[in-house]
Amino acid sequence: MEKNMPSHSRRSFLKSSILAGGGLMISFSSLAKFRPKGLMNEANLPEQWYEITGYIKITPDNIIKILNPNPEFGQNVMTSLPMIVAEELDVDWDKILVEMGPHDNSKLGPQFTGGSNSIRMYWRPLREAGAAARQMLRESAAQTWGVPVEEVTTKSGMLYHEKSGKSGKYGEFASKAASLPIPKGVKLKDVKSFKVIRSSQKNVEGLKIVTGKPLFALDHMQEGMLIAMIQHPPAFGMKLKSFDAAETLKMPGIKDVFSLKLYEDGFEQGGFDTRTFNDLLVVTGNTTWEVMNARKKLKVNWEPISDTKDTMAGRGQKREVIVPGGLESTSTHLAKMAEYAKKPAQQLRKDGDPETAFKNAAKILERTYNAPFLAHNCMEPMNFFADVTEEKALLIGPLQAPGWIEPTLSKILKLPADKIEIQMTRMGGGFGLRAYGHYLVEAAIISKKAKAPVKLVYSREDDMTYGIYRPMYTATYRAALDANKNLIAFHVKGGGIPEHAIHANRFPAGAIDNYLAESWEIPSNITIGAFRAPRSNFNAAAEQSFLDELAELMGKDPIEFRLELLKRAKENPVGKNNEYDADRYAGVLKLVKEKSGWNNAEHKKYSRGVAAYFCHNSYAAHVVDIVKKDGQPYVERVFSAVDCGVVINPDAAINMVQGAVVDGIGNAFYGGLTFKDGVPEQNNFNRYRMIRLREAPKKIDVNFVQNDIDPTGLGEPPFPPVFAAVANALYKNTGKRFYNQPFINDLTKKS
Amino acid sequence: MATYTLKINGSTKKVDVDPATPVLWVLREHLNMQGTKYGCGVAMCGACTIHLNGTAVRSCQLPVSAIGNSEITTIEGLSKNGDHPVQKAWLEHDVAQCGYCQTGQIMTAAALLKTNPNPTDVQIEAAMSGNICRCGTYLRIKDAIKSAAKQK
Repeated sequence: MEKNMPSHSRRSFLKSSILAGGGLMISFSSLAKFRPKGLMNEANLPEQWYEITGYIKITPDNIIKILNPNPEFGQNVMTSLPMIVAEELDVDWDKILVEMGPHDNSKLGPQFTGGSNSIRMYWRPLREAGAAARQMLRESAAQTWGVPVEEVTTKSGMLYHEKSGKSGKYGEFASKAASLPIPKGVKLKDVKSFKVIRSSQKNVEGLKIVTGKPLFALDHMQEGMLIAMIQHPPAFGMKLKSFDAAETLKMPGIKDVFSLKLYEDGFEQGGFDTRTFNDLLVVTGNTTWEVMNARKKLKVNWEPISDTKDTMAGRGQKREVIVPGGLESTSTHLAKMAEYAKKPAQQLRKDGDPETAFKNAAKILERTYNAPFLAHNCMEPMNFFADVTEEKALLIGPLQAPGWIEPTLSKILKLPADKIEIQMTRMGGGFGLRAYGHYLVEAAIISKKAKAPVKLVYSREDDMTYGIYRPMYTATYRAALDANKNLIAFHVKGGGIPEHAIHANRFPAGAIDNYLAESWEIPSNITIGAFRAPRSNFNAAAEQSFLDELAELMGKDPIEFRLELLKRAKENPVGKNNEYDADRYAGVLKLVKEKSGWNNAEHKKYSRGVAAYFCHNSYAAHVVDIVKKDGQPYVERVFSAVDCGVVINPDAAINMVQGAVVDGIGNAFYGGLTFKDGVPEQNNFNRYRMIRLREAPKKIDVNFVQNDIDPTGLGEPPFPPVFAAVANALYKNTGKRFYNQPFINDLTKKS
Repeated sequence: MATYTLKINGSTKKVDVDPATPVLWVLREHLNMQGTKYGCGVAMCGACTIHLNGTAVRSCQLPVSAIGNSEITTIEGLSKNGDHPVQKAWLEHDVAQCGYCQTGQIMTAAALLKTNPNPTDVQIEAAMSGNICRCGTYLRIKDAIKSAAKQK
């Protein structure tokens, strides 16, 4: 076992080097070129590491390890965050080791993956940690050599004193450096001098991924561990009434069947505590296959839930929320939304006098857009390992925000936080869903009840029908034109089940004198949560489709029209609190125009659509090129422009944008979860259509705006504008506007 | 329960399981080989892809009782050191995002190249469209397959 020298006040049982399934936690930054001598695996790594700041560990023989603080779900922070440390530490990237850090917010910062914040929130702390560690090493060399610290320089993990000709490796000074106080306010590198940041580096876990190493929590195996599965009600709005487990218990490999409550009555839910089904009917046994089969033999009586009261204590003031009973259907959802859209709504923002402007308009364009619930469909279904006793709890699994769920666990397990250890495994996708830790809480209370280590496993069907979906949305956009086709007023009224999607202070707010944004919401017992770029993923789809149609009505090029609005927003902005930077927004439009050759005759064979959006502090624009393939519209090419400030790892960033584009095309064409009497009508990939390789574009040309602005988000921003760029290109290809997602429904409708 | 002697990755393994148990779960939970992934259980996502006598099959729908003398290859047996041309190409193109589906993708791609060393785009699309990548790394998957084809 690894020893940290000197010892820190870290939790006594916190062992940072253990990972699920005995997988190697340490990854080599360079896969082929470099292996520290004899260090092929964790077993023969050195035992003594000197910790210099919470993120860096160095051995006396100069092996340097950098901890990744943040959960990895495919955004590649295992690579990009340590790169930031390595830059300021002044070490060669191909000579460092990377390790997933323990959950320890006091030492490793906020540790949450969400809101496209990983790089943004760790940018300064990690640069400062690297710079501070370098300073401590210089200080310790200066003391050892008896020279002024200002004269000690570094290069590639070495320390030098030019005048005396002295030099040494970082490792030789690690022991002393570890005993020094961490300096504050150390000067950071000039952005222009970056060597590691802005250079493309391969995924540090690439070799483990392609060789099938047990990186994921679903791969976790240990002696004496039980498999648990939950039988949840077949429909939203139902709950457990009674059950007969006699047949199940007779099945081979089955240990027990029991029911328990997720939350006790009156439980105050935190901001990320979700409760889809509160009564858990649990089957435990030896293997997943046995438990899956035995679960089918349960005889269960379900009963409808009447309206229930939830106490919400997170994200804002403590409040009571009534969750309606009833079995909901998509057809009634649509009818109800149409009805609510006509009622008075809540005003979110108003500039000028939109009512009068609409009254005096020579022409009004009004369009309504709809989008369904979406399931996240992470490839690794929800699961968690839990070993909970009266004294302590160990939890290993995929989670975007361990610090948000720990207080909940602490309350439910009645254990202090320092007796709860959450180990973060590589996640097989997250997309927002794994910010909600209900499956972790379930695993914990099941382990406690079973008095055994337990791995809770969701089947794909469980995963898809368990709730926490992207909400169902609608929005009606209206634009007023005067007799000269000038835009004089703009109105958006959006609603959703159970949340609306409107961002009232985003573009085109600020660019139009008379502006009104309103919203309404319909409560539901279908649970929802963050889904890649929450709200923006619909808002952009609707708004950017509408702007395209509006530009056409005004006789303007869709890019030029947006640039005119942005010019207005920049030079003479309307109202306050406009969230976006008009120059950066215009920047991505100009870049995508250039890179796509927007109006060039050579691209005539393509039906082209454009859209742009600002969210999560970054800007993205796409041009989508559609052709007919086998008689159906097919997105063959996409040109993307993104402004997220400094790009840490360019090739990985391109991968992220390409993935967001594919995800956007897939959800725009095919995504959707519908309901009949509370039952999700799609429960696996045979009914829930996912984009396939043959439907992905042949080319996605990704371009970043080059600037030195502190980095902002990238996981989410490229996703929302894809939907509208597709819709706008579809219009060019088919002559029809697409108002309802998924577009495949209207595409296959017989005209 | 019944005993089966399985040929896996060039060696012989004995398991005592229910005959209906899919090979996926035999590998993962009886033989502790976790590289073959559970994604859907209905052969619609390809995460569980293995080779049966060199052909790509979905192990989640393949009962252990149907194996007989057939030879199973899993990701653990595709190469000794992760240096199969397809694995190397995956690293060269830095394909993975979350990585969960990639072993299944690699197994499907390796089987394709075995029977068709120089597949066309259409042939790649046909072979690979049973494997879902939720992160959307399809362009890199395609590029990596083309690179691996050139290496062969």
